[in-house]
Amino acid sequence: MAPEVPVVALRHISKTFGGSKALDDVDLVIAPGEVHGLLGENGSGKSTMIKILNGFHAPDPGGALEVGGRAVALPLVPGQFRDLGLSFVHQDLGLVPELSVLENLRVGELIAQRGAWISWRRERRRALETFARYDLDLDPGAPVSELTATERALLAIVRAVEDIRLAQATHGTEHGLLILDEPTVFLPREGVDRLFRIIREIVASGYASVLFVSHDLDEVCEVTNRVTVLRDGRLQGTVDTAGTSESELVEMIIGRRLESLGLEASELTGHGVDVSVKGLSGGVVHDLEFDIRRGEIVGVTGLMGSGFDDVPYYLFGARSARAGLLTAFGMAFDLTAMTPHRAVSNGFVLLPADRQRDASVPSLPIGENVMLAVLHRYRTPWGLRTRPMRRRAQELLHGFDVRPADPQLSYESLSGGNQQKALLAKWLQTEPRAIFLHEPTQGVDVGARAQIFKMLGEAARGGACVLVASSDNEQLAAICDRVLVLARGRLAAEISGGEVTKERIGEQVYNSVTLRESTTEVAG
Amino acid sequence: MAADSEPGPAGDTTDAAAAAAAPAALAAPAAGAVAVGQPPVARDRSPVATRGLGRLLSANNVERWALVLVWIVVIAIFSIAEPSTYFQTSNFQTIFGSQAVLLMLSLGLMLPLTTGDFDLSIASNLALSSMLIAVLNVNDGVGIIPAMLAGVGASTFLGILNGGLVVLIGIDSFIVTLGTGTVALGIVQWISNDNDITGTASGLTSWTVGNSFLGFDLIFFYGIAATLLLFYIFEFTPLGRRLLFVGRGRSVSRLSGLRVNRIRWGSFIVGGFIAGIAGIMYAGSLQGADPASAQTFLLPAFAACFLGATAIRPGRFNPIGTFIAVYFLVSGITGLQLLGVQNFVQQLFYGGALVIAVALSTVARRRGGTRSA
Repeated sequence: MAPEVPVVALRHISKTFGGSKALDDVDLVIAPGEVHGLLGENGSGKSTMIKILNGFHAPDPGGALEVGGRAVALPLVPGQFRDLGLSFVHQDLGLVPELSVLENLRVGELIAQRGAWISWRRERRRALETFARYDLDLDPGAPVSELTATERALLAIVRAVEDIRLAQATHGTEHGLLILDEPTVFLPREGVDRLFRIIREIVASGYASVLFVSHDLDEVCEVTNRVTVLRDGRLQGTVDTAGTSESELVEMIIGRRLESLGLEASELTGHGVDVSVKGLSGGVVHDLEFDIRRGEIVGVTGLMGSGFDDVPYYLFGARSARAGLLTAFGMAFDLTAMTPHRAVSNGFVLLPADRQRDASVPSLPIGENVMLAVLHRYRTPWGLRTRPMRRRAQELLHGFDVRPADPQLSYESLSGGNQQKALLAKWLQTEPRAIFLHEPTQGVDVGARAQIFKMLGEAARGGACVLVASSDNEQLAAICDRVLVLARGRLAAEISGGEVTKERIGEQVYNSVTLRESTTEVAG
Repeated sequence: MAADSEPGPAGDTTDAAAAAAAPAALAAPAAGAVAVGQPPVARDRSPVATRGLGRLLSANNVERWALVLVWIVVIAIFSIAEPSTYFQTSNFQTIFGSQAVLLMLSLGLMLPLTTGDFDLSIASNLALSSMLIAVLNVNDGVGIIPAMLAGVGASTFLGILNGGLVVLIGIDSFIVTLGTGTVALGIVQWISNDNDITGTASGLTSWTVGNSFLGFDLIFFYGIAATLLLFYIFEFTPLGRRLLFVGRGRSVSRLSGLRVNRIRWGSFIVGGFIAGIAGIMYAGSLQGADPASAQTFLLPAFAACFLGATAIRPGRFNPIGTFIAVYFLVSGITGLQLLGVQNFVQQLFYGGALVIAVALSTVARRRGGTRSA
């Protein structure tokens, strides 16, 4: 398909992190004038590939990089990508909201500029010319915080293309590559169309090729010419988009579909519903409705940007929902006015994904972290009973197999798995009625994972309702009785019983995207 | 990322004397002290330990008691250098009696610092309380008891205002208290016509500096009582743990069900209340009030809190540490003054102590950070 010299060619790229291969002999070749998709699940190696291109990671020896036909030594020095005519737009866009459109557009040049003063009038004129070229109607003086999400994404893309043009002018080269890393996740449908239009213009005008990294199959099929698919760090192939069906791509992404294991249907169907959620809206989540039975572990998943990861925080009151009613254990809670305090007082607990910030004070002792939630039990008119408290903390750490089981060590000295076990000890000692978790085994080693699954299973058998939000399909398959799949904030599929397998979940996650409806654009 | 500690039984117990030995414990308290937008931070060092030998002389214990040791050395040096003036009962009586107001004010400041907020208005708040008492009692003939209540009430109200602005509107405490403190100072100058006011009821003076017990002015014992009370609250009540967690991890505190805003607001209010009490003590010891001198307490109070956070419970603002820091600083200053050094030494001492305390702890934390588990 591409007889010309490739814009960027990465060959035989491997990357090992502490013994495990994040990338294993992967090739990625991008032709001039094409939009090239890079697809794969979380952990497939997409991000590692991008981070090798921007010089953040050094690949293992043996890989080769060519830019515009010339060999470039790996690893790249951070920042070197600019001179090579590469430019990145990451999901967070890298804009400063308080500054104006113009200041954001010119920030790279302004930092490098040596002149004594800046002619804002000239800069403004140049900015307007640039915007006109891309058919963009932006006020250079407006603060970026007042733009819509779409306008911000477009601004970031235009800035990246301008950086490429600047590098081309400086070095007298003609090749360029714009790398868009999940740019559409937070955009409404119209925004995505707009973004695709600009991508096509950029490619058509010959400024640069585009590498489009995404989870979203529909979008990849719509905008790319060719697609490279990674799975578990290995190259699954590079194919022409037009000649490949979506289901073929899904199979490449998640692997061969296994036969259904035919497990017995959940024995929980007879149990009463303890937790029920109605009309939950907030962020992208829209009008979500589901139940959790007594003793049931329910998973919530979806692509990035589908809002699945917000659900536990809304139920717990850690974030305010726009609307929603939670009925639990015979009580009704208005989710717009829910607070963590109310949640905890009613026997709900939350284990957030960010353990260092949201779940612990890392520099304080493990014992104090674990006992924070039950201080009231050790209160007497004469003060805290510190000795029984310390003894209890010790017992808990042993009971939950936290190693080392020393309550006086600082929390940060524990490994990821032990940190999470300590947090389970903190909360399960309160005998919660509902447990909400977000990515409970992130950064947790395999052994501790199994222990955590067992602890959650025991808590559920003890009668607790458990909700796990996770993008780890294998984990969901291992512990969940039922899995809800969200797409663009709506419930797209529900998987239960013997269907709850890693492959089935993955398939639903990717297929459900097609059900997406457009959402309205919101500024700010 | 390397974790900040090594495993082993260690001495972060509530009973300081029971601390286990630690070969390489490093202090990491009190960093990032005075930057706008940055909450006051005091970090625990990670306990590291071996049991048995060298238990008493362990780095951990040395760290806890270093300030006390330096204090004793300072007293010893000046006592040898100036036996006729420094090493006298009357001198120590002066040292202990004169600093009770600063101690009380520092204890008040410790509360918002612990929950992660600055209160730069605390010295003006003391001035407000003492001046209100003087003006009401001397100029307006109000009884001393109602005047005292008014003084403390005004200070408490300022605490309510500070906390409300910080918590409800979400303004940085640094900015809020800089503003309200200046306003309070303006009010002080206004109601006093910028004059000293003297002649408050002698009863108040006799209950503060007029009478003594065991040779010390009564005011000294108020300071001790407040120190012990706060020590008890910080160490032995759920509230103390909650204050600590709110200051060190707002997000985890909130998600653990603590009412973070209420606790932060409360610490501003109680801090203001304590500043008001300090104002009563100040009015008593001056037998009146002056519009300017209270401002000189602001920096020493911060110095005492941050220096105190390097002792006894390294890494945490703690009342006993603050107590020691206050008296360590004044012992040094008094000695230098008796040696004939000019008054400016006070500024050097307090300013220097604040910077050195924060610098020491920052360096220690950086060293601690390179250690991996």
